[in-house]
Amino acid sequence: MTAAIEMVDVIDEPQVIEGRSPFALALRRLRKDKVAMISLAVIVLIVLMAIFAPVFAAVTGHPPNEQYRDIGLTPDGLPRGPNGTFWLGTDDLGRDILVRIAYGARISLLVGVIATVITVVIGVVLGLAAGFLGGITDTLLARLIDVVLSVPFLLVAIALVSVTGPSLTVTVLVIGCFSWASVARIVRGQVLSLREREFVEAARSLGAGDSRIMFVDILPNVIAPVIVYTTLLIPVVIVTQATLSFLGLGLPPPTADWGGMISESQNYYTTAWWFILFPGLALLITTLAFNLFGDGVRDAFDPRADRT
Amino acid sequence: MAMFLIRRLGHGILVLWLISIAVFALFFVAPSNVAQTLAGRQATPETIALIKHRLGLDLPVWKQYLDFLGNAVRGNLGYDYYHQVPVTHIIGQALPITVSLALGAAVLWLALGIFNGVISATHPRSLADRGLTLFSLFFYSFPSFLLGLLLLYFLYFRLTLSGFSWFPAGGYSPITGGIGPWFQHLLLPWVALALLLAATYTRLTRGSMLDVLGEDYIRTARSKGIRESRVVVRHGLRSALTPVVTQFGIDLGQLIGGVVVIETVFSLPGLGQTAVVAINQQDLPVIIGIVLFASAAVVVANLLVDIAYAVLDPRVRLH
Repeated sequence: MTAAIEMVDVIDEPQVIEGRSPFALALRRLRKDKVAMISLAVIVLIVLMAIFAPVFAAVTGHPPNEQYRDIGLTPDGLPRGPNGTFWLGTDDLGRDILVRIAYGARISLLVGVIATVITVVIGVVLGLAAGFLGGITDTLLARLIDVVLSVPFLLVAIALVSVTGPSLTVTVLVIGCFSWASVARIVRGQVLSLREREFVEAARSLGAGDSRIMFVDILPNVIAPVIVYTTLLIPVVIVTQATLSFLGLGLPPPTADWGGMISESQNYYTTAWWFILFPGLALLITTLAFNLFGDGVRDAFDPRADRT
Repeated sequence: MAMFLIRRLGHGILVLWLISIAVFALFFVAPSNVAQTLAGRQATPETIALIKHRLGLDLPVWKQYLDFLGNAVRGNLGYDYYHQVPVTHIIGQALPITVSLALGAAVLWLALGIFNGVISATHPRSLADRGLTLFSLFFYSFPSFLLGLLLLYFLYFRLTLSGFSWFPAGGYSPITGGIGPWFQHLLLPWVALALLLAATYTRLTRGSMLDVLGEDYIRTARSKGIRESRVVVRHGLRSALTPVVTQFGIDLGQLIGGVVVIETVFSLPGLGQTAVVAINQQDLPVIIGIVLFASAAVVVANLLVDIAYAVLDPRVRLH
């Protein structure tokens, strides 16, 4: 009798066993990762700097493209070092480096995010199509992936930009159109094994069509590697954009962007260290923060990362 | 194996052919004023037409392409627009510089990456592991031009100012002119390239070492009383290197095709810098030649990686 009552008690007791999705688990692991969280904070700061770039201009009273040839340059016409008026010094045209760095963050982040999104969308869609549809679609897409991966990316990017003339759109499109192949290859590989699984068969027997199975049933299962790849792609894209600018194929002047600023500083690095140091630091801190964060995301999604 | 090689070779040729069409199309869709540039500002339309005719630019695009393809198959990539030098000759002159750069850097980055990876894997989660991960990610995050400029600033400019002119400001000294100057000119570019690339190898080696060190045969080796260092290097590292070999092939293939930024920063007239100069001058035959050569390097490297796989790991069968 007592035993029966006890049993009822046990059954009545609310059993709080929460089901956690792999995503929630990953998020929990990520939150515990101090380095990743600090990097995220740095990324947020950089984003804020980009959003509030006009505030930097207002506080210092220096618009980003204003050339202070009188107070911003030495009598010899050289850049001035950091001082009370120009906190991070001036460039070769007497412009405020601090304000230009803040405005430059806009370009880096904008290109970084938009080009990455384009890359990932193209890569995921084509990777899904190649892996799931198979047959002639897969053969054609696999060859296309081979072609894109074999092309010397930077050379062709430079060639393209030099032909079309530099602009934000061209930069974003060039990066997007040449980076998708690695995403597609990762997704294709995953889909090839996923499409043989029972849940796909189940979906099909319930009457689901190809596109529904691809995007509703299979896509969520490849999202983890895609997220990892995406976070690690952003810094690569930012560096690529800066590299194009450095090679003189960035945005037309006087737009402030970090690669362009570093390129302009090349002739002055012996006389004006601040001219290369601060834009260089801005670029390095940004890519480092994204890479450290991406590294954390990768570990968080990899259950094996916990083992020692 | 033979069938596999033939099929992969076929794929490679197909890929190169498609790239040649793409690059050709790219430059003919765009307005070209190379004839104008060559003729000078005062040129009459007749002169420009004459130059266009001499360069074959007045022919229909498809005809130009077929001519190019026919010659390319016979090993002739055309002549540069400005000095009528064979493109193969230009590539031949630039290639040793790029190869010197890539191979020298490869020695450094492999040593650095594998050493750090093994240390990290044998002491996971330790201070050394975290420190090395941070170290490699730090340099991995560096834009290559920034790292190059910093090395130049500190090791060329600052050192020379302090009276130690150990490193030149850039440029290349062929190995035929003495191994010393060759080494001196390449050391900084090697270090820059190696620091940029080592991170990938540290991570790959660490991950695959951790997997391998958990295997039964490693326990067996340890229980036989073999020295730990021998277990790690002879038993562990050897089988952990497969992903490293893959990555190495891919990286080397890409580098042989031109190290654009590092060559530009250190004024090394290798394939990358030659291509950039050609792009700025719209020197079409040189651009197409180098892009095709670079793509071929990647294709061949991938093929070699597949073969290396089969040789290193008897479980891999090539179909």
